[in-house]
Amino acid sequence: MSVPPDDLLDRILPTVTKPGRYTGGEWNSVVKTWDACDVRWALAFPETYEIGMSNLGLAILYDILNAQPGVLAERAYTPWVDMERAMRTARLPLFSLESRRPLAHFDAIGFSLPYQQLYTNLLTMLDLAGLPLLAAERDERHPLVIAGGSAAYNPEPLADFVDVWAVGEGEDLVLEVTCALREGKRCGWSREALLRRLAEIPGIYVPRFYEVAYHADGTVAEVRPTVPEARLPVRKRIVATLPPPVTRPLVPYIDTVHNRAAIEIQRGCGRGCRFCQAGMVYRPVRERAVGEVLAAVEAMVTSSGFEEVALLSLSSSDYTQIEALVRELAARYGSQHLSIALPSLRIESVSVALMEQLQVTGRRSNFTFAPEAASERLRSVINKPIADADLLAVAEEVYSRGWKTIKLYFMIGHPTQTLEDVAAIADLARRVRAAGMRAIGRKAQVNVGVSTLVPQPHTPFQWLPLAAEADIRAQQAVLQENLRGPGLKLNWNDPHETLLEAALCRGDRRLGAAIQRAWQLGAHFDGWSDQFKAEVWRQAFHETRLDLDFYARRSRALDEVLPWDVVDAGVSKEYLADDYQAALRRETHSDCREQCGACGILSAFRQERAAVASGAWACP
Amino acid sequence: MTDDTIPMVDAQALRQRLRLKFAKGTAIKYISHLDLARAWERTFRRAGLPLVYSQGFNPRPRFQIAAGLPVGVASRAELLDVWLMQPLGLGELLARLRAVSPPGLEVLDAVEVDLKAASLQSQVCAADYEAIVRTAEPLAAIEARVEALLGAPTLPRRRLHKGEWQTYDLRPLIHSVTVTPGGVEDGGWILIMRLLASQHGAGRPDEVLDALGLLLLPHTVERIMLHFQFDN
Repeated sequence: MSVPPDDLLDRILPTVTKPGRYTGGEWNSVVKTWDACDVRWALAFPETYEIGMSNLGLAILYDILNAQPGVLAERAYTPWVDMERAMRTARLPLFSLESRRPLAHFDAIGFSLPYQQLYTNLLTMLDLAGLPLLAAERDERHPLVIAGGSAAYNPEPLADFVDVWAVGEGEDLVLEVTCALREGKRCGWSREALLRRLAEIPGIYVPRFYEVAYHADGTVAEVRPTVPEARLPVRKRIVATLPPPVTRPLVPYIDTVHNRAAIEIQRGCGRGCRFCQAGMVYRPVRERAVGEVLAAVEAMVTSSGFEEVALLSLSSSDYTQIEALVRELAARYGSQHLSIALPSLRIESVSVALMEQLQVTGRRSNFTFAPEAASERLRSVINKPIADADLLAVAEEVYSRGWKTIKLYFMIGHPTQTLEDVAAIADLARRVRAAGMRAIGRKAQVNVGVSTLVPQPHTPFQWLPLAAEADIRAQQAVLQENLRGPGLKLNWNDPHETLLEAALCRGDRRLGAAIQRAWQLGAHFDGWSDQFKAEVWRQAFHETRLDLDFYARRSRALDEVLPWDVVDAGVSKEYLADDYQAALRRETHSDCREQCGACGILSAFRQERAAVASGAWACP
Repeated sequence: MTDDTIPMVDAQALRQRLRLKFAKGTAIKYISHLDLARAWERTFRRAGLPLVYSQGFNPRPRFQIAAGLPVGVASRAELLDVWLMQPLGLGELLARLRAVSPPGLEVLDAVEVDLKAASLQSQVCAADYEAIVRTAEPLAAIEARVEALLGAPTLPRRRLHKGEWQTYDLRPLIHSVTVTPGGVEDGGWILIMRLLASQHGAGRPDEVLDALGLLLLPHTVERIMLHFQFDN
């Protein structure tokens, strides 16, 4: 079957929830002539349409690839459980939204993988596409399976399934891979020949070209490339200058998680919060010029009709021209019913002023702050210093300017944390509520979100264990006990989901067996609390003789070879180790824009730096 | 600023009310009524129409779609009213909208209506659906099914409403059902149904097909006409 006939879809779609997930046709989607293109990409996001459509990475690659003559890129997302069942019953293979062709007919399937809870969905998609799950069982008759996104900073757990990892920023890399695909097709290369050619491209990691040896205690002893083309480590790719933003964004029909236009105003963050992987791996900090942002917003709004535009960055407050940008946007769009979303604001009164200006343009959004820890001591440990008094003053200002709800995000499980630090979360939330009461009375609301620290690869906390389950539960109980009452609301994570995330994100390639087994046993949509099956994962680890705690709850020695050392994120392991020690000494450091902390990014990307004007990067 | 502002429209801002006839094609027949409204809002914005917005914290542009369409049903006869702050010529309106309408959303016609005219939702009373059912069953058999359906004093059926099963009577929602040959090459019949469609109750074509025992056969349904009280 090449293209599903309408009457087959007409039989299936009325029986599933949200059938609009599967019918494409969105404004600004690109349908190129199949036969006029010699390189055909399926860009896949292993989650529902609503979540996948909100991913900017995939949107950028879709835009870049479709702008190339002779190249087409179409999209595919994971069908929801009911649709998967219906497709299997009807023997309908996974198809792309644009031309409704089976994914197996494409030259490459590019998976965007921002986090680990998507791993089983990736297997679902390969299987629904009729492809062998294991890379070793696929050959040149099958599409090449490429993955990228933040999960690439530890590519090992999916080494069995993914042919090629693209590490780092994909804008240039995807075109280099496209060239190799084209050449390989023209010359009739074997899969092996194509992979060896791809391995030569900086930023490409081909798991099968590396051998891993282990110590008796299960830790990695050595990683060895097996072909001359394979690099070790594979350094992430960056673009020296931010490429032009997507100005013809896809406009979904059905509601999506972020149903709006989005533009990256800045990439990277210099704050150096020690738990934050994005803050480490997206360096260096690069800003987009105000003029370019303004022109892009105008073009996006005109071409899409979206009623909201989000200005994205890891820390909007640090964008040098943020006040000028917001002032100009408010002036231009104040009367046009366009909402401007400005996430990731720091806890300071400037943020309140910015949000107030943005209100004239449209709907009022919520105020969200992420102190991450509730005591000043612990905020020094994580390098996110702010004084309680400042936080409370800002909170009071927020309430007195008309907002009724403040969301506060915290993490438990930071190193050196005590139960008193946990109780301090409730205490701080109450003091924020009290500030709200002073300003607006009983209407003041505080919503507290508490997640558990999952120590991430390529961060100063990468060596740390995940907190023990009993400790997490005890700490959550303290919060539930102390965060009751009017105007207070608490949300927290299931410890079992956290455990899996901690194991998968720091796993080695032996985990492939457990992932595949869990998938066979029915694991899917692991990011959904109502779909996540802790028992299935436990059984899968047990059957494959792997230990969740070995990966999630083991303290690693500073000199241990880590599975993700195969990837060089530009920030050196020495820097991370030093910063980890500094954390334990409660030493903070300033934003690296002000004083270079010698993280290693500049020496790793000397050439790229030399290619741009001085000042284009925020590094001093 | 207060949070008690009731969304309302400044009467001075209402300059023109336009009635669009449009098709919801098969490409978008699986999107919901709410999705369709959002698609229209964005189409209007792309066209740069001088929309009239409600007041309040969540301003909405003022337009009203006459009647909800069941998910999975296409239509060649939908109506909506949209209000503008500055009058626009019909020709320009159509040109602007057609340039930015997504596949499946087709503007067929536009007329200007009185600002004070009753709302479409309050005036709609019935809808005609054309169902093409693929089957080898002879005409007489289909007609017998229809006759039995129309002859029944009541047609109690169950439907899921906000998570709860409710029983309702389908029979008073059916005005008429007629059968004619054609529609598909390899055998089938066209059923034209006129069903009640008002704010108080609406018949669903899939429910009628189910009551006729035809729902599981390959079929497509299209709404072909809306009837309004002002037509009479």
